[in-house]
Amino acid sequence: MLNWTTKEKIIKNILMLFAFSSILFLTGIIIVLFREGAPIFTKVGISEFLFSSDWYPTYDPPGYGIFNLLSASIVVTIGAMVIAVPFGVASAVHISYILPKKYKNIVKPTIEMLAGVPSVIYGLFGMKILSPFLRGVFGLPTGLTALTAMIMLGIMSLPTIVSLSEDAITAVPKSFRDASLALGANRLETMIRVILPTASSGIVTAIILGMGRAIGETMTVLMVAGGASLFPSNILKPVRPMTATIAAEMGEAPVGSEHYQALFGIAIILFLITLVFNIFADIAQQRFKEKVSGE
Amino acid sequence: MNELKMEVKNLDFYYDDFQALKDVNIPLESNKVTALIGPSGCGKSTFLRTLNRMNDLIEGSRVDGNVLFDGKNIYDQDVDVVELRKRIGMVFQQPNPFPKSVFDNVAYGPRIHGLKDNETLEEIVIGSLKGAALYDEVKDRLDDSALGLSGGQQQRLCIARALAVKPEVLLMDEPASALDPVATAKIEDLIDELKNNYTIVIVTHSMQQAARVSDNTGFFLMGDLVEYDRTDKIFENPDDQRTEDYITGRFG
Repeated sequence: MLNWTTKEKIIKNILMLFAFSSILFLTGIIIVLFREGAPIFTKVGISEFLFSSDWYPTYDPPGYGIFNLLSASIVVTIGAMVIAVPFGVASAVHISYILPKKYKNIVKPTIEMLAGVPSVIYGLFGMKILSPFLRGVFGLPTGLTALTAMIMLGIMSLPTIVSLSEDAITAVPKSFRDASLALGANRLETMIRVILPTASSGIVTAIILGMGRAIGETMTVLMVAGGASLFPSNILKPVRPMTATIAAEMGEAPVGSEHYQALFGIAIILFLITLVFNIFADIAQQRFKEKVSGE
Repeated sequence: MNELKMEVKNLDFYYDDFQALKDVNIPLESNKVTALIGPSGCGKSTFLRTLNRMNDLIEGSRVDGNVLFDGKNIYDQDVDVVELRKRIGMVFQQPNPFPKSVFDNVAYGPRIHGLKDNETLEEIVIGSLKGAALYDEVKDRLDDSALGLSGGQQQRLCIARALAVKPEVLLMDEPASALDPVATAKIEDLIDELKNNYTIVIVTHSMQQAARVSDNTGFFLMGDLVEYDRTDKIFENPDDQRTEDYITGRFG
């Protein structure tokens, strides 16, 4: 029979192994990404890869410029945020400061449940409901456009933005609210001048993580963005963001080919973008904690 | 008895079904310090918050009775709560400066009440900081974050912030309970100074503090105002046995 100190040691080590395994997976992903994708940067050149708009991976001679795809991802993400941020922050304010507690306990989990809906279902909705609607409204040849993707991604990033913004607003000490009201401020002034500024870095974290969700989303954009690798100069035209490109083409690209390497190259860019997002989100979160804890 | 700034008549207060204050009657004299003492949970802080309607914020709370302020019941339908809180300032138990600069903290009240002129604003901020006996300590760091001040300085900043809206009454909810003795002494000196211009109501759990700073004292017990009188009378020769038991430390 093992004594309890030995048992505890064993359990501790097993837990440590699990804890480190996620770091191991991450390292593995980075290594594979760069091993498979890095050669394209040397072959094509990084600036050519990023800033050329010729994405003709199967032509002869092929073109491996992802500018249109990168732009599509950025434009669609920004558009999604333009839709989601006002809605999300306003909802968060309402849930945290106006809604009575008993409703909050229903509304917030409901919004969070939106995050659990599989993205293919959002895709279906976008494809079969939103897209025909937009086609009708704007008289378009196809309703599968950048705008369709923006709206769908906006909806999909709402739960992240609402939930985390609400957390940030609720984390602002009630004593700030009391101090403001006791000085004769009304509730709106208190919200705008004290609570939102204090929660701002937390809300920024929420927005950045929402952006991360939007830029990384694949299935929905594959289904609703239209898939044309055009420069997104008009949001009523089809586009092809980076994620959709990888998903659509990886199956046909022979392993180890330039096309295959270029798709991994896109994955590297995508990975770096989300990494930067996460770093910024972390920094904002840190600042928020300092503000709220009063240090 | 002197002129009354406020007068509370037959005040009952409920949190849902729980009655936190029972038929409280108390006069608050102009330019005097009235201390409210009593054991934890006796209703003294609740009572203080009924005086500027901060209790409005609590879901399920209810008030009966009258709180007269310059003769007008503040619970009347036509009372503007925002205007009321401008005239009845409050300082809280925990120093709660906003995460803004020292200057912006004090300027907050005047600004929301529409003051935009920078010169006047500066005058008010400096005057209020002087009024709160803080100016000399912070005059070189008005633009620094208020959160960098010590606890005692933060509390005096909160007092300055309350003074900046030029209230007539100042409510203080255990303003020194989170502070060390030196900072506490400063706050007490300040209260003595402030009563020349303001009517002050202070909740305190420290009987010595009540004895030192106040002119009148009310003793609360389980939602009842057991006794109200001049402070020296309460501490030297209280009428009620329970008051005597409390101030001599037999319970509480």
